[in-house]
Amino acid sequence: MGKWKRRAFISAGILAGGAVIVGVAIRPGNRASKVKNIIGNDEDAVFNVWLKISPDNTVTAIIPHAEMGQGVHTSLAMMLAEELDADWSLVKFEEAPAHKQYANYTLIDGFIIGEKKIPSLLQGTLDGAFLALTKKMDFQITGGSASVRFTGVKGMQLAGAATKSMLKEAAAKEWNVNVDEIKTEKSILSHPGTNRSAKYAEFAHAAAKLSMPGKPKLKAITEYTLMGTSPSRFDLPVKVDGSAKYGIDAAPPGLKYATVKASPVFGAKLKTADTSVAEGMQGVQKIVVLENAVAVIADGYWQAKQALAKINIEFESTENDQINQKSIFDTYGSILDEVAEGKNRKKDYKSGDIETAYSNANKLIEAEYKVPYLAHATMEPMNCTIWFREGKCDVWTGSQNPLGFRGAVAETLKINDDQVFIHNQFLGGGFGRRAENDVSIQAAMIAKDVNYPVKLIWSREEDIRQDVYREATISRFKAALDINGMPTAYSNQYLIKHHPAEASQIPYEINNKSVYYADGKTHIPWGNWRSVDHTVHGFTTESFIDELAHASGKDGYEFRQSLLQNNPAYLKVLDLAAEKANWNSELPKNWGRGIALQKSFGTIVAEVAEVEIIDNEIKVHRVVCAADPGFAVHPDGFIAQIESGVIYGLTAALYGEINIENGAVVQSNFHDYQILRMSETPKIETYIINSGTAIGGGGEPGTPPIAPAVANAIFNAIGVRVRELPLKKADLKQKEVIG
Amino acid sequence: MISIKINGQIKELDVDPSTPLLWVVRENIELTGSKFGCGLGLCGACTMHMDGVPIRSCITPIAAVGDKEITTIEGIGNLNDGLHPVQQAWIDEQVPQCGYCQSGQIMTAIALLKSNASPSDEEIDKAMNGNICRCGTYGRIKKGIKKASELAIINNLKISENG
Ligand code: FES
Ligand code: FES
Repeated sequence: MGKWKRRAFISAGILAGGAVIVGVAIRPGNRASKVKNIIGNDEDAVFNVWLKISPDNTVTAIIPHAEMGQGVHTSLAMMLAEELDADWSLVKFEEAPAHKQYANYTLIDGFIIGEKKIPSLLQGTLDGAFLALTKKMDFQITGGSASVRFTGVKGMQLAGAATKSMLKEAAAKEWNVNVDEIKTEKSILSHPGTNRSAKYAEFAHAAAKLSMPGKPKLKAITEYTLMGTSPSRFDLPVKVDGSAKYGIDAAPPGLKYATVKASPVFGAKLKTADTSVAEGMQGVQKIVVLENAVAVIADGYWQAKQALAKINIEFESTENDQINQKSIFDTYGSILDEVAEGKNRKKDYKSGDIETAYSNANKLIEAEYKVPYLAHATMEPMNCTIWFREGKCDVWTGSQNPLGFRGAVAETLKINDDQVFIHNQFLGGGFGRRAENDVSIQAAMIAKDVNYPVKLIWSREEDIRQDVYREATISRFKAALDINGMPTAYSNQYLIKHHPAEASQIPYEINNKSVYYADGKTHIPWGNWRSVDHTVHGFTTESFIDELAHASGKDGYEFRQSLLQNNPAYLKVLDLAAEKANWNSELPKNWGRGIALQKSFGTIVAEVAEVEIIDNEIKVHRVVCAADPGFAVHPDGFIAQIESGVIYGLTAALYGEINIENGAVVQSNFHDYQILRMSETPKIETYIINSGTAIGGGGEPGTPPIAPAVANAIFNAIGVRVRELPLKKADLKQKEVIG
Repeated sequence: MISIKINGQIKELDVDPSTPLLWVVRENIELTGSKFGCGLGLCGACTMHMDGVPIRSCITPIAAVGDKEITTIEGIGNLNDGLHPVQQAWIDEQVPQCGYCQSGQIMTAIALLKSNASPSDEEIDKAMNGNICRCGTYGRIKKGIKKASELAIINNLKISENG
């Protein structure tokens, strides 16, 4: 263990275990002092990078995450205020600037290391490596439900508690009393014995000079007074009167507008572009020809778009021009055939003796599942505003990873990182898309030779066709049932593994398991899509488990129950969803109920869907969700995110499909990439279990269980097992005999 | 020169008459509360009122406005000058998530409540179906509309352009 690592470990010693990764957290006179100039006036005493107490006794939480609509600014500020015993009406927030001091080391800890336990002997080394790695990668990312889980617990709560203890210590010194007798409430310090009291601000400076306590004590859940309530979110007022500024609303002086068309076949280069007509069009400033795209800069977006349409563009042909959806699935099928023969496969996880179990089986069940590519289609199309002049560059955009964007723009413009200034704006939806820096790089390329600011706006068509996509894939299953209908063996082979690593695991007790995967490389770019690999495995594994239930003559809920007897946390969530959904109550003809269960990003969610099949149409009437996020900091906000996740997942389950033809994306706008609308929205009920385990995410976990819950409900209604998404393609008239 | 009446003011503009109202309002008049979502009239993010009737400003050429009065979200109300009952209801029900679609949702909701002070679930579905919310806030939007309808009835207000 190198010396610097050790020192960092001690300095951030508020954390047990992976403390080095905190990095940005608390180190008075060191890291804090570096950021002092950026966030504080001289008046303010900066304790650390996470919070600030001003002379007027307001507490400002400095929040290193962008607001995508999860209410993270409010939740994180609540976590800080709770431990600090701050007066909530005097708490404000600021979004941290894109500065290295805010790099989200704690996120990397949770996201890359995941839930894995690291042997204590290795911790220093590993964490040191991660610190170096993440510094290099310039991570400051909002995604993976990271904000509350990691920044909240490891940053905000600890910072609040540490600060409170320093304030108490400072007051105790001044008043010459025992520190344990000092009370804190609503941003006031008091000593009842001597009848003295003072505002936090009065002791802020004295406290800042004290060293950070080694291990500030966090409150027990039962002591919370603010966490677990749902105060009005900070971000609401500006979102109802049109004043919230999104990336697309940036308006630096002298602004011009650009739009772009890139090669529809990913990776193809531009061959020729006839710009003669466009050049003479009204309002056109400049036509920029890039390696794989053409952009027009004009006085307005509309003019740029009109001119772009008049440019005849030809792209080079590539080896991918013949690729279409069918050929991709055919290739995937043959890869999986090889995997079945033991070729080119990678082990995911394995236990027991699968072959023996298969040969002793009473019944064998096999099934193949297929899911399509998916686009993000954030409500706000991709955009980025760049103003590059005199060697420095201002960037206005809504980013889930502002530091990463900064590095990318700097590299594109060949200037230093510290000459790039990211003005992070509200995000009109993220879902993983706004962690990708492609648009900021393209905008920088377009604006690099002009000295006025340029706002690049993608048309919706470009947004759908130049996305990074959730993969299309195939997943094959086989399982053995014994004489009692209980599963004794389970195997699964699928293509493409990204993360989280545990997404392909099932919580059910089956003794013999064997899961392999293979790579399935195509030229279609991949990206994180709300809940990532869980969206695939949630559907495939939870549908297949349902098949096993029916093959053994049991109902989907009871079957899962019987396999979760040693997994009480999951069982509790499953039971609650079933109970609230009145699982055993009668339904009308052609109605069905389906259940599914998935833990993702630290939160266990079970969903029960109630559907009706009318001719060939699926109507989802009701969805009951039970969720255990450990603790819901802002329950109303958590529920809103679960609802959002359900609808995002339901849109994908019913309609979501990006197809490839001649190497390019077929879909282009909301008429052929359909989004769920109000009249199709089911009644959603969400029930929270605060089990007290580590805090889980809210943004992602609602999404994975909805597709299988609906598919299982369809089977329950009419006996048709749908094994391919989207469900709109399913022929629901044909009955099928299972087993 | 084209002149339009927007949020009670007259604006003289030198723009191509075929330019959609949305881009004129966002770029020339610099009111950015109305949003671009699809450009094809499919999502409702750009909804404004023309003489009180909700329109898709992304497919309405500025030339088609004539002397009709345009109202955008900025003309509805704000925290400083007073919120419209629909905006207040949106805050009370914590409706917005990313918020990007909400200007359009609110404009459509106000138009609905003006013509129907207490709409049923089906009437709300029908009126709001052209407005996409990618964050899936539909359930809360519905609650917000009902809340606004109650607020207006309790306070004996008739829902109008500006509360
Ligand atoms: S932007 Fe006008 S309807 Fe979508
Ligand atoms: S709140 Fe995000 S699109 Fe509606």
